[in-house]
Amino acid sequence: MASPDREAFTNPRTWKKPPFIANPLVRYGLLVVLAAYLVWAFGSLPFNWERISEGLPRAARIFGGGFPPSLSRVDLLLTGFTESLQIAILATLLGVLLSVPFAVMAARNVAPLPVYLLGRAVIIVSRSFHPVIVAILFVAAVGFGPLAGILTLTLYSIGFVGKLLAEEIEEIDWGQVEAMRSTGAGYLATLFYAVFPQILPRQVGLSMYQLDSNLRASAVVGIVGAGGIGSTLMNAFGRYDYDFAFAILLVIIAVILASEGVSGWVRKKIW
Amino acid sequence: MVDDADLLADRVWRRHNPKEQLIRFGVMLVTLMVVVWAVSDIDIFWPWVWDAPNQISSLGARMWPPDPTRLGEIVDAMIETVHIATLATMLTIFIALPVSYIAAQNTTPNRACLWLGRFILVSSRSVNTIIWALLFVAIFGPGVLAGILAIMFRSVGFIGKLMGEAIEEIDRRPVEAMEATGASKAKVIAYAVVPQVMPAFFAIVILRWDINIRESTVLGLVGAGGIGVILQGSIDTFAWPTVATILIAIIALVLVGEAVTGLLRRKVL
Repeated sequence: MASPDREAFTNPRTWKKPPFIANPLVRYGLLVVLAAYLVWAFGSLPFNWERISEGLPRAARIFGGGFPPSLSRVDLLLTGFTESLQIAILATLLGVLLSVPFAVMAARNVAPLPVYLLGRAVIIVSRSFHPVIVAILFVAAVGFGPLAGILTLTLYSIGFVGKLLAEEIEEIDWGQVEAMRSTGAGYLATLFYAVFPQILPRQVGLSMYQLDSNLRASAVVGIVGAGGIGSTLMNAFGRYDYDFAFAILLVIIAVILASEGVSGWVRKKIW
Repeated sequence: MVDDADLLADRVWRRHNPKEQLIRFGVMLVTLMVVVWAVSDIDIFWPWVWDAPNQISSLGARMWPPDPTRLGEIVDAMIETVHIATLATMLTIFIALPVSYIAAQNTTPNRACLWLGRFILVSSRSVNTIIWALLFVAIFGPGVLAGILAIMFRSVGFIGKLMGEAIEEIDRRPVEAMEATGASKAKVIAYAVVPQVMPAFFAIVILRWDINIRESTVLGLVGAGGIGVILQGSIDTFAWPTVATILIAIIALVLVGEAVTGLLRRKVL
């Protein structure tokens, strides 16, 4: 083997991978900023090390208590799931119906500016809040139970479906609208015959997706008291009933996988 | 020719043929039946439903005007929320990358690893952040650690799945070229795989950071740190004007997060 010096002499053009960021100042600057951020973030977060150090034995106890998962109270589980399913279905239906007017309001090409801004604001606000936050507000307003869950997921669906539908309306083929207008058709007639037929296939696909998504979300809004399987899970956890809680978790995972499969299949058929 | 035109004029235009109409009718009937079942069977006290608009507007009235006296505390909690989201996203990368490597068809060492990787990704994605948080609060006690772990456990599935798909879509030729030169496994990854998935990696991590900011606003509701702790406290004490301030702060945070991710996307990609 040649010494490194000699190799460099005979083959001076050793290839080096170009760095990801060309400017060395920016490259090292970013690293310093990152390090400073990490120090700041870890330093400012309140960690309770005593409590954390007890974690491993506690985890062992929880998992020990959770295995094997117990299906002894299967009727409670079924009631919870039926309620979750009902919440998801009703919220999807309401949300999908209500998302149409909001989507029309939030589409720049069919709505006047003030209406557009209002529609956008509704969609932005309903998308900013996690469904769980909306759920605790509705639980505070209308009490515990599935009603709060339905209202929450309706709002959640309006935000999601409304946003995508508004984008879809903004991209429609304008020729059909002009054709309708040239016959002297009014605003509503134009909407019904020139705009809606163009977005209908998308709306059906979005509804299926939203049903799947609402079924997942209905499991978590229950944790703050808005009905469904989440409430059952929270009760089981609160009573240290870990074997039942783990059984619920496993069934939730199974149901979500199944509903993902079904909605994927339906959407493939429709689209 | 006139006869032909008459024949054409007599035909009534229909959008769907009879079979399509039957299918559409069937789907609508089934939907209607499901809805009737859901409405009639669900455990709802109907007078509350009719009263709901009043209750909601009364809650809105109690919230107005927002009370900014605890703004300092709220801003601190917001910073904590962002820290939880950012640290969790950064830490997730270290787990998600190896998992995505073994869960991608073309890079996985063997079938056992492939299924292990897929199992990790599916179980991570199927359990919601809040449920992970519930579990970690039970284990490590209330606090930010439970929140960071909850977000990490959820993000692994998301980042890992999308990264795995990005790895599966790489161009094989650079890998083969490297292998032909006798390069080691590590060098093949570093020089043939990594440069190809780099843009996807940044896009995915930025997207997940944006999602994690929203997710971390609710961790506190089960005791896992962040703004949710103050929110839950204010709701429990009926301090509705403070709740309104917190809600406005959350909207502001989400909008800022969206602006930052938009900027990063344009700069980096």
